[in-house]
Amino acid sequence: MANSVSHKAEQHGHDHGHHHHDLESLKTFGFWIFLMTDVIIFGTLFAVYAVLRNNTAGGPTPEELFKMPGVIAETFILLTSSFTSGLAVLAMHAGKRNQLIGWLAVTFVLGAAFITLEVTEFIDMVHEGATIATSGFLSGFFTLVGTHGLHVSIGLIWMIGLMIQLRRRGITNVTKRKVEVLSLYWHFLDVVWIFVLTVVYLMGVM
Amino acid sequence: MWGNLESFSDFFVTGDPMILGAQVSIALAMIAIVFVLTVFKKWGWLWREWLTTVDHKRVGIMYIIASILMLFRGGVDALLMRLQLAMPDSEFLHAEHYNQIFTTHGVIMILFMAMPLMFGLFNIAVPLQIGARDVAYPFLNALSFWLFFFGAMLFNVSFIIGGSPDAGWLAYPPLSELSHSAGVGQNFYIWGIQISGIGSLATGINFVVTILKMRAPGMKLMKMPMFTWSVLSSCLMILFAFPILTVTLALLFLDRYLGAHFFTLDAGGNPMMYINLIWMWGHPEVYIVVVPAFGIFSEVVATFSRKKLFGYSSMVFAMISIAVMSFFTWAHHFFTMGSGADVNAFFAVSTMIIAIPTGVKIFNWLFTMFRGRIRFTTPMLWTIAFIPCFIVGGMTGVMLSVAPADFQFHNSYFLIAHFHQVLIGGVAFGYFAGLYYWWPKMFGFALHEGLGKWAFWFWNIGFYVCFMPQYFLGLDGMTRRLYTYDFDMGWGPLNMVSTVGGFLMGIGFLFQVWQIAHSIKFHKRDTTGDHWDGRTLEWSIPSPAPLYNFATDPQVQDVDDWWETKQKLAKGEKLPPKPALAPIHMPKNSAIPFIMSICWFGAGFGFVWDWLWMAIPSVIGIAACMIARSFTYDDDYYIPVDEIKRTEEAAAALKGATV
Repeated sequence: MANSVSHKAEQHGHDHGHHHHDLESLKTFGFWIFLMTDVIIFGTLFAVYAVLRNNTAGGPTPEELFKMPGVIAETFILLTSSFTSGLAVLAMHAGKRNQLIGWLAVTFVLGAAFITLEVTEFIDMVHEGATIATSGFLSGFFTLVGTHGLHVSIGLIWMIGLMIQLRRRGITNVTKRKVEVLSLYWHFLDVVWIFVLTVVYLMGVM
Repeated sequence: MWGNLESFSDFFVTGDPMILGAQVSIALAMIAIVFVLTVFKKWGWLWREWLTTVDHKRVGIMYIIASILMLFRGGVDALLMRLQLAMPDSEFLHAEHYNQIFTTHGVIMILFMAMPLMFGLFNIAVPLQIGARDVAYPFLNALSFWLFFFGAMLFNVSFIIGGSPDAGWLAYPPLSELSHSAGVGQNFYIWGIQISGIGSLATGINFVVTILKMRAPGMKLMKMPMFTWSVLSSCLMILFAFPILTVTLALLFLDRYLGAHFFTLDAGGNPMMYINLIWMWGHPEVYIVVVPAFGIFSEVVATFSRKKLFGYSSMVFAMISIAVMSFFTWAHHFFTMGSGADVNAFFAVSTMIIAIPTGVKIFNWLFTMFRGRIRFTTPMLWTIAFIPCFIVGGMTGVMLSVAPADFQFHNSYFLIAHFHQVLIGGVAFGYFAGLYYWWPKMFGFALHEGLGKWAFWFWNIGFYVCFMPQYFLGLDGMTRRLYTYDFDMGWGPLNMVSTVGGFLMGIGFLFQVWQIAHSIKFHKRDTTGDHWDGRTLEWSIPSPAPLYNFATDPQVQDVDDWWETKQKLAKGEKLPPKPALAPIHMPKNSAIPFIMSICWFGAGFGFVWDWLWMAIPSVIGIAACMIARSFTYDDDYYIPVDEIKRTEEAAAALKGATV
């Protein structure tokens, strides 16, 4: 019995790394597929927005409502955060934990700044009387842009959790996969934002 | 705190003797369950072995139990409707109650009966068929189940609390908007389906990854069992279709909850957009449930004809092309709504084209049986009965796809007869075949054949007696969702016949319940693990499968690998030696899926009643569960070689004792 236990412990240590590596790549693959379903969620919301775009029902039109300087600031902040999340992944591959956490923190601050600007923009609109209940156009607008904002906010909470785990456990197969998946998610949200900027804001004011 | 409740009867549905009876019996059943669990000290067992399990075989069994309960509920709904319609000018149900019943019947049968029964069979069969130890994400799999379960409970609870939804199974606006359905029933509809829909989406991801990444060595895609192919096809459709449902229901909720104008009649809303969106999900959805049934028929027909499936690659092609085409037919559900001749023509033609791969399959099954040595077991009977039934259902479907003719058939009983024929004749017959077929694998004993044959004949005769008259009622002008009709319409006799057929099917269901009870009590243990002389890998291991499924990874060489192995053994050929046993990596049980789904239930219930004091803590609970899971690193263990040896030797001894 004692023999079998020690054998087990030995096997365990040996197998662990191998299995974990497989498991981690399996999880990354699943996350890609999840992102694909998220693409469809955003695709549907874009389609809905396109259908309702001109149904302003006597309420404000996009030209009257959108203030481009704020939107352009949001765009640059989010694009920069995508760049810093890329730097975080580079630091991770170089094995530099503290640098990794540092770049994630910078990404977090930029993401939070983006959300703050977006929420301020929304609050201003509501004060001007442009709410989700005003018209079909505004329902589509708040839901599409809000869903993106919700995704970014969830990403921020996720980032905090990941920074704590990195501090506790360092760079392992598991935390490595988690950082990679988070950065995929973050780049994905960046791409979605480019479409939001184009379809909602630029096409709205032009 | 109770905001919108002014009296007791705003919360509990009161005043209807049938609902009161149901409330009392539900309360009594719950007390009885708690009593039995306490007296026999089974709470710990229930918690450890079932509520926290992440084993795909147990998750599958839980899906199947839940779906059979839902079949009962949906079936009672159906019989109540048939009773009401049996005679003209009937006053058995009043209009509002009738509306609720046809709504819940549709939702329950599709989303809470067919879907979970399908997921149950996925869980039971797929990992075993591809030689895997579990699904790709066992934790997520358990979470999917519990999301389905609590979503279904949330939907069902509306029957006694708050009042059922009554705007039809797809809840078309503006009827489902606050302006026309002010009660909470529609909120229950949205949240019940939304929560279980998230679970379905996760299952879709899980099985796509399982099938693509976890097959045994040597099992190339074109060597997969046909059921596994059908699951892949179905899950790919889930990935594309269910996000649309999630968005559509969310938008309807925003309309009702925040006064948005997506689908309203005023302020720029567009109700037709809802109808397009819901069918962009809804049409693929019917293929999502029927394609796995096609997979089951393919397995059953090959096993019980003792022949290789005819036309393997054409079957694969048909499954995948159906998955693609199912996304291009949605507008045939509303030809009459003024899309114009061009749009209608496109969708009419695409609908006719999708019938072609289905026809290919029918020929494949027929040719598989041709010159086979057919055994008329219960799974095979359901398969044989399916073929003529589905052909008639498919033909009437092609009739409906002719857009000009559809203006005559639209929303009549002709349509009702058509889709019940494909959904019962295709989906229900298929899942029954699958349930009988894999039952021995699940529990280690087969269901009683004699009682199964009684059930089969009652279901089949009942089916035709019930639905054939409805085609003629439809052509006579009887429209769907009609709660009563005048004597002078002349629809009485055919409706009476149809009701008799409905009750014959009900008797068939009772026979199935009796069959299960009888078999549990008097079964003969299947010691071989291969009760039907099967062809695929799941039959190469003991029944029920050990916790780890396969002691060593099977090495696959052929389609129907287990059958070929048996042929080689019979010829006296030596099999390559099995690799040495090694400790098996397993996921640990987890309470998080169960607790998180309860939080979802709480959030759903809170939003249904607009009780933020309940919804907000529940949402925080969901987040806390996700964080807790993210911080759990110790989520796996190893089964030592000794234990595997003991389990395998016990199974071999059981087998040897009877040989």
